Amino acid sequence: MERTTALAVAAAIAFFIANVEPLMGLSLAGREASTTIAGGVRQMWLHGEKITALLIALFAMVAPALEIGFLLAILISVRRPPAPRWVGTLLRWAEIAGSWSMVEVMMLGILVSLVKIAAVARVVPGAGIFAAGGVILLLAAMSSSFDPREAWSRVRWAHGDGPERPLSSGGSDAGEGEG
Amino acid sequence: MTAFARTGMGEGFVSCEVCGLLSRPAGADDPGECPRCGGELEFRRRDAIQRTWALVAAAAICYLPANILPILRTTTLRSVETDTIISGVIRLYASGTWYLALIVLVASVMIPLAKLAALAYLLITVRQGSVRNRGERTRLYRVMEFIGRWSMVDVFAAAFAVGLLQLRPLMSVSPLPGVLFFSAVVILTILAAESFDPRLIWDSNQGKQETDD
Repeated sequence: MERTTALAVAAAIAFFIANVEPLMGLSLAGREASTTIAGGVRQMWLHGEKITALLIALFAMVAPALEIGFLLAILISVRRPPAPRWVGTLLRWAEIAGSWSMVEVMMLGILVSLVKIAAVARVVPGAGIFAAGGVILLLAAMSSSFDPREAWSRVRWAHGDGPERPLSSGGSDAGEGEG
Repeated sequence: MTAFARTGMGEGFVSCEVCGLLSRPAGADDPGECPRCGGELEFRRRDAIQRTWALVAAAAICYLPANILPILRTTTLRSVETDTIISGVIRLYASGTWYLALIVLVASVMIPLAKLAALAYLLITVRQGSVRNRGERTRLYRVMEFIGRWSMVDVFAAAFAVGLLQLRPLMSVSPLPGVLFFSAVVILTILAAESFDPRLIWDSNQGKQETDD
């Protein structure tokens, strides 16, 4: 839990940098340009592809932010069990947010696009791209060190008097099973 | 492996899809709520087969325009060019990075198609109550859930190019409707995989002999 918390805090910081700093700079015939993640979304929107713009914003910005934020809230609130029931709701939302967070796919997309752009212009990596690389590693480490079953075992039960009750007692619960 | 696959439902248990707790259902028809998280319990996802078929059909309809329609327009002082997914792959291959061309080809063209085929195969075998290759089919489902997201790679590539290359009149890139169909295919196949219930693979017409696995 301690390690996961540390990784989540680091991921939050790296994610912030990845979103405010430019990913790439470019110079072509004396003209300069650079873009952030939000810049790509904005241009997509301005060019009329509004649904795609929203999807990219969702997968590259909103979902990872929620994934990190929910996890931090969960980790803080399960420190003293039993955790309130809304932590269970957050656990569920964190899983959904995680399944739609695609920072690593975005990174591969940027690489693919760069190969084509590098043929016509000079590109300079910005701080954002390194931070995004860090986000990918930290998110992977964070989700592999986080054990949702451990967190679930500390949440107050909806019906009954868990989590203190031993799993074998009574007839309503029978043990732990994977989704 | 025993002759018959024992399922949790057959043994009088139900697993919660929200928190993973295995519990005794309140009744055989309505399993009630999960004692831990309070989520509504279901032995099998309701209408999973119909919903998945509907999403597979919708994705298949979008697949053709996604691959035929151009996704990007590049305007320079001298020329206006449009790119489809495939022409982007060819361009990558021509620029000498065949491995990136291969990744995009697999992620954008082959994975969505393979997902549609795999889902159709799972749906048909489940409907037939097939008892063969259950382990393999479950694994197929898991791989499919894992790789689906990578199909978005071309949409991110397009968004990045559009965001970076706005040096009008020197060079500018704008998205075209193909990108919308393409994202629709990716989202619909992800939703289709999620609406399928892999537990159905282990339900078969009771009494049939287990032949494989």
